[in-house]
Amino acid sequence: MREYLLGNAAIARGILEAGARVVASYPGTPASEVVEILAPLAKKYDLHVEWSVNEKAALEVAIGSSWTGMRAAAVMKHVGLNVAADPFMTLAYTGVRGGLVVIVSDDPFCYSSQNEQDSRRYAQFACIPCLDPADPQEARDMTIYAFELSEELELPVLLRSTTRVSHARADVEVGQPKETRATPQFLKNPARWVALPAHARPRHSVLLEKQDAIKSALEKSPWNQLVLQGRSELGVIASGISSLYAEEAIKQLEAEADISFLRIGTFPPPEGLCSEFIRHVSKVMVIEELEPVLEEYVERVARVHNPDIEILGKRSGHIPREGELDPYIVRNAIADMASLPLVEPPSQSLREAAAILPPRPPALCPGCGHRAAYYAMREAFGTDAIFPSDIGCYTLAVDMGTIDTCLCMGSSITIGCGIRFSGEERDICCSIGDSTFLHTGLPGLLNAVYNKAKITVAILDNSTTAMTGHQPHPGTGVTASGDKTKSVSFEALARALGADFVETVDPYNVKATIETFKRARDYQGLSVVIVKRACVINERRAGIMRKPFMVNENCTGCRECVEFGCPAIEFDGDSARINSLCTGCGVCAQICPNDAIEMVK
Amino acid sequence: MKMKMKMKTKTKTKTSECDIVVVGVGGQGVILLSSIIGKAALKAGLPVRSAETHGMAHRGGSVINHLRIGCMFGPLVPVGGADILVALEPAEALRYAHYLSKDGVALVNTKPVLPSTVTSGQSKYPPLEEILAPLQRICRGIKTFDATKLAVKAGNPQTMNVVMLGALSKYIPLREEMLIESLTESVPAKFLDVNRRAFELGKREG
Repeated sequence: MREYLLGNAAIARGILEAGARVVASYPGTPASEVVEILAPLAKKYDLHVEWSVNEKAALEVAIGSSWTGMRAAAVMKHVGLNVAADPFMTLAYTGVRGGLVVIVSDDPFCYSSQNEQDSRRYAQFACIPCLDPADPQEARDMTIYAFELSEELELPVLLRSTTRVSHARADVEVGQPKETRATPQFLKNPARWVALPAHARPRHSVLLEKQDAIKSALEKSPWNQLVLQGRSELGVIASGISSLYAEEAIKQLEAEADISFLRIGTFPPPEGLCSEFIRHVSKVMVIEELEPVLEEYVERVARVHNPDIEILGKRSGHIPREGELDPYIVRNAIADMASLPLVEPPSQSLREAAAILPPRPPALCPGCGHRAAYYAMREAFGTDAIFPSDIGCYTLAVDMGTIDTCLCMGSSITIGCGIRFSGEERDICCSIGDSTFLHTGLPGLLNAVYNKAKITVAILDNSTTAMTGHQPHPGTGVTASGDKTKSVSFEALARALGADFVETVDPYNVKATIETFKRARDYQGLSVVIVKRACVINERRAGIMRKPFMVNENCTGCRECVEFGCPAIEFDGDSARINSLCTGCGVCAQICPNDAIEMVK
Repeated sequence: MKMKMKMKTKTKTKTSECDIVVVGVGGQGVILLSSIIGKAALKAGLPVRSAETHGMAHRGGSVINHLRIGCMFGPLVPVGGADILVALEPAEALRYAHYLSKDGVALVNTKPVLPSTVTSGQSKYPPLEEILAPLQRICRGIKTFDATKLAVKAGNPQTMNVVMLGALSKYIPLREEMLIESLTESVPAKFLDVNRRAFELGKREG
């Protein structure tokens, strides 16, 4: 049966077909859809699917399941693996029982991320196998294989996707979900599951001894393919999606008969195929996105098998180490090696496009409570205050002047503490979203209270994980599979962590929000303001409608409302106008100094 | 890398039967439009690849979808290689015009969506003629029409993407029945009639 599937849907399909029992994840582009697709199917397939509070929790939940003998997956974006790195590294020592696949989606070019780290390095670091699918079909097939390999080696397996695999769609051949499973049973075995120093030392030896088994398993796997051309001196070796770009380029250059090709889908790469390939050619182009993981491997193998071979790739400047590859870069790299004509570098845009088009950056939605929250924050604190911020939709408000830092999940509060403890005396107001606060903001707030940081923490609570597609979290009272659950109170949490000043305010009430922020600013100690207003997208989906607003004859063209930055407010030369995007939040009417904005009657 | 510059924009060997880029503004239905075509290609038994814009860029930003029908390779349409550019918004047509092959065709909805940089008065939205002139210069042909108006005529402005699908239907190697079948499976039953009307109105413009 063939289906037209998103790469992440193909991974979800592979998880079902492998008969996993537990799937845990924290949402993050480009990985979120795996759990979004599985969650509604959870009951039908007797699957526990959860949004965990963070990636470390997600991986540990998956580990617990694996240790009872059940298959499990943890799913996250690349930077999520940094959060989960602690269990990830030692898991390689303890090993697994039920197959455990860590599914990580990298984001070359940082389409929706703060960096473009290469997760293949993590697999190297942990000494575990890594699979690098090229397209949705391989993503599904490799997911199933990864569970089998994990059980065979008793090691976790890293399935490394990228944006162009996770968010590609293709026709995919699928099979049937697996219905039967073993019975879960945790077998007590302290020497395995208790990572005391005395146990860890021998487990490290076990991990190192397994390296040969990893190599021979991957060598036999179908994910590496060698096509040698008899008379050819030239070779191309490429991994993951880059191998598709390379195959297309070789075909377009009509060079199939002149270039030997080795396609790599596993790390470590297959030593036998690589050495055979390297002995066969005198010049090789290594093509991969991001880090030179494959290139370094080829260099090592070449030292033994063909020291005179010329190796082209990142070191030679043909293949960039940053950003994503595309058909053009790969085509010209191969053409250059083969002394075939190059094509002109593509223009990034037409001359006219650069000259006349207005930029269209992503922006906060009309009616977004974050915009109102930041407006009030700026009014209360002034532009001279310091505003550490965090990761979420609200980072899109960077032009409002209330976002001075954004580094990683949960870092706003702790960076704010460091700025304070450095001796900086200006007011500090951190902003962090509800889901981000629960993800890694909690220890940051506790740290701030404990170490007596005089800062203000604004929790921007829109009651969802908006940026990644509106996933629920522990503050929403709903689980991934839609069951009702306890909804945690941000006020109670903040108080429990030791904050004495805790107030909640609705950002649609501009005056009250400014006043609350002023009280928080003046408080002699750490203050927490919870700015609570549901995401407008969720409100619209829930059918909540408000009357829109309009500009009346009082408008003097002062532009106060325009500078607020709502996409529903336009300026046509002398006066403001409210367009059809208005959601009726009424914030602009409160900002207007001339009573020129009123509700449509 | 040294560039031995030679003019050679069209490759000899075709690696995809039909390369399409669909562009517009987040929320206009770019992904749905691409996905209807992709599912139709699957019905026709053709291999199909596409690349979508998700996540951060989607909040009112500029979006591009790549769609390759009859292709077994990567999902990205090479710059200068698109047989068809489908633009749900005119400024976005020009923004991604460099994807068009010189033998390609552009289908452009002429109804602008003003970006926040324009509504706030920081930037100006150029006149339509200035947007379309460069497009006319670089490709084989361009079709322009107010697809948003046609969608309103069909009964729902949100069917604008399906108006564009109707216009596109003449240019792609898929039979109309396949597209209609895929459309039927992709929209809620209660909106099927309005979407069918939108498709027909678009077809007349293609």
